Amino acid sequence: MTNISIEAPEVVRGQPYPGAPDNWKRFFTFSTDHKVIGIQYIVTSFVFYLIGGLFAMIMRGELITPEADLVDRTVYNALFTMHGSVMLFFWTFPVLVGLGNYLVPLMIGARDMAFPRLNAVSFWMIPIAGILMMSSFLVPGGPSQSGWWAYPPVSLQNPTGNLINGQVLWILSVAISGVSSIMGAVNFVTTICRMRAPGMTWFKTPAFVWAVLAAQLIQLYGLPALTGGAVMLLLDLTIGTSFFNPEGGGNPILYQHFFWFYSHPAVYVMVLPAFGTFSEVLPVHARKPLFGYRVIAASSLIITVISSAVWVHHMFASATPSWMRMFFMVTTMLVAIPSGVKVFGWVATVWGGKIRFTTPMLFALGGISNWLFAGITGIFLGSAPIDLHVHNTYFVVGHFHYVLYGAIVMAIYAAIYHWFPKMTGRMYYEGLGKLHFVLTYIGTALIFLPMHPLGLMGMPRRVASYDPEFAYWNVVASIGGFLLGLSTLPFILNMVSSWIRGEKVGNNPWRAYGLEWLTSSPPTVENFEETPIVISGPYGYGRHQPLVEHAPNPGLTDFPESFTKQPSS
Amino acid sequence: MTVERTIAQDVEANVREHQEHDEAGNSKFGFIVFLLSESVIFLSFFTGYIIYKTTTSVTDWYPLGVTGLETREPLINTIVLVSSSFVIYVAERYLHDKKLWGFRIFLLTTIAMGSYFLFGQAVEWRGLPFSYTSGTFGGTFFLLTGFHGLHVLSGIVLQLLMLGRSFIPGNYDNGFFGVEATSLFWHFVDVIWIALYVLIYVWQ
Repeated sequence: MTNISIEAPEVVRGQPYPGAPDNWKRFFTFSTDHKVIGIQYIVTSFVFYLIGGLFAMIMRGELITPEADLVDRTVYNALFTMHGSVMLFFWTFPVLVGLGNYLVPLMIGARDMAFPRLNAVSFWMIPIAGILMMSSFLVPGGPSQSGWWAYPPVSLQNPTGNLINGQVLWILSVAISGVSSIMGAVNFVTTICRMRAPGMTWFKTPAFVWAVLAAQLIQLYGLPALTGGAVMLLLDLTIGTSFFNPEGGGNPILYQHFFWFYSHPAVYVMVLPAFGTFSEVLPVHARKPLFGYRVIAASSLIITVISSAVWVHHMFASATPSWMRMFFMVTTMLVAIPSGVKVFGWVATVWGGKIRFTTPMLFALGGISNWLFAGITGIFLGSAPIDLHVHNTYFVVGHFHYVLYGAIVMAIYAAIYHWFPKMTGRMYYEGLGKLHFVLTYIGTALIFLPMHPLGLMGMPRRVASYDPEFAYWNVVASIGGFLLGLSTLPFILNMVSSWIRGEKVGNNPWRAYGLEWLTSSPPTVENFEETPIVISGPYGYGRHQPLVEHAPNPGLTDFPESFTKQPSS
Repeated sequence: MTVERTIAQDVEANVREHQEHDEAGNSKFGFIVFLLSESVIFLSFFTGYIIYKTTTSVTDWYPLGVTGLETREPLINTIVLVSSSFVIYVAERYLHDKKLWGFRIFLLTTIAMGSYFLFGQAVEWRGLPFSYTSGTFGGTFFLLTGFHGLHVLSGIVLQLLMLGRSFIPGNYDNGFFGVEATSLFWHFVDVIWIALYVLIYVWQ
């Protein structure tokens, strides 16, 4: 009786439920722990990232010479379709959902997401949908060749005549990942609105959480529109309705409206969490509060509203009436205001700070610089007169890859390095991280910058062969592409070896403010032993304001002294 | 050992209490968010219908030999479906007052009314002189009514489940979120039908 251990009933670190495996095997189970699910999302999507990247490598290999000599044109069409689809639906969306899953409950002082089982179901639909899409390589006729936007009437062509064809599998796969996203969005919105720790008012909520909330709201209003369009496309393909088939009186332009009503705001579903990451990483590594925190937080919601009224800028060349072009040109330009506000906030945050050029900081700064460039070319494309000139050229490809790779993927890397010590309790190897950054940054510039002059010169997109006058810049871009492919090697090496035997660095190696740093690394299953009571806003660097009433995990002491309110006695 | 177990139970209860912090409230909030999102799918179909109707010439809109839709039978159907929203509300009130038999009778009435609606729609579908391949009118008509019909069917399945659960002793003693959600879903399906009826049958 004297040998009572208080620790005995404590759940083992990272163990999702009593009796669950406490090692790498738990990542292969139907876990309901948001942290396990978060890492499941991140690792799964990274596998798809490598697959999508491989497709890109083959395409750049094809484009290194003007002739279509490496793969034939139909294979090339399938490759760019699968590259875009995989990178968006199975890499960028899920990896950001994974980061949100891991971080949001920790950042708001909750013990889990609002609906843990729904959360697990949402995750497991992603590998199922991804495998379904990959399986289209095995059906007669191969994968869809109509691009990731699946525009009819091209997407309505079915040369094999089979009911199960690449396009049908594509739609089903996108539908499954869409259902997963809607369930995830319901979960995030409920968690953020209702499960914040006592004292965490909206303006004490971290900018990352604001960004995730804004992004998930877009999923809720946008994704159903795409789902509606996809259902109609599927019916056209399978049972012979003619919603989008001009031969039966259908309207293919309507599909473009459905598609872009979601798919333009979808850019913000990806960009906003990336912005949230910048807002979290910069203050920590510059040791300064986030400048204009309230404005940065609110601008996320403003982007949510404006982005719902910009979609037609993708359709300036689709017989869109002039008045509509004008309206959507103005709304598109308006997005630059809240986006610009954020950039100024970040610049002011690092201005005069004690900057530590760690790997996450380098990725964040690199990502912001790329975002600036992407934003400027975005203004070009938002202007109807210029857009009509460069429509369907490599200028557009260069622009959106600067957004998606230059800004968003860089932010994802920044986030993974920044929170790696939290997830594993170990530090990554800084040298390998910096090598990864240098290769990525140079690779990004080499591959995507040349696409802008190529576009202005008139090189069309989605082509396997081109006029020899475009050869020079294509060679440069291909070299950049291979460099980007190479850059993932130090990353994988770093993550795997650091996780196994990286230096153990305690719970808060960055000496950072934020609830997630108040718990152990990796956090225990219930995150916090006692519910944290928040008494001041985040980013309290140099302000000496305590963040919480008392330590939510009383045994832990390796955070800054002013982190918790000292007992008065 | 006993003390250890007690502490274990305490910690577990503490964790559970925190995790299940107002779980019913969360579920209700989440369900409403889901329904709002769901309504956008209908909205996109409605938008499609309006665009097709307004951009097609009047003579080309209806398939050959069709001049319009019969409105009388669908109106009776509409009245039955919309009234069932009040009936399920009464059922919910009975459950709230812990009067199980009242709940069962009124829920069964709702199920009967929903089934009548579905039956009526099936009869209407059988008698129509056009199909889903008859241009954009045929396609959108069957898409809208069919998608809504699927929702009615789901609502009936949910109601049957709730009815079945009422026969498990003590099932509804500590809250009845399932019934609330089913009822909310049913009201949602009704509101969508009213919009659909106006769009397809009234605006001809």
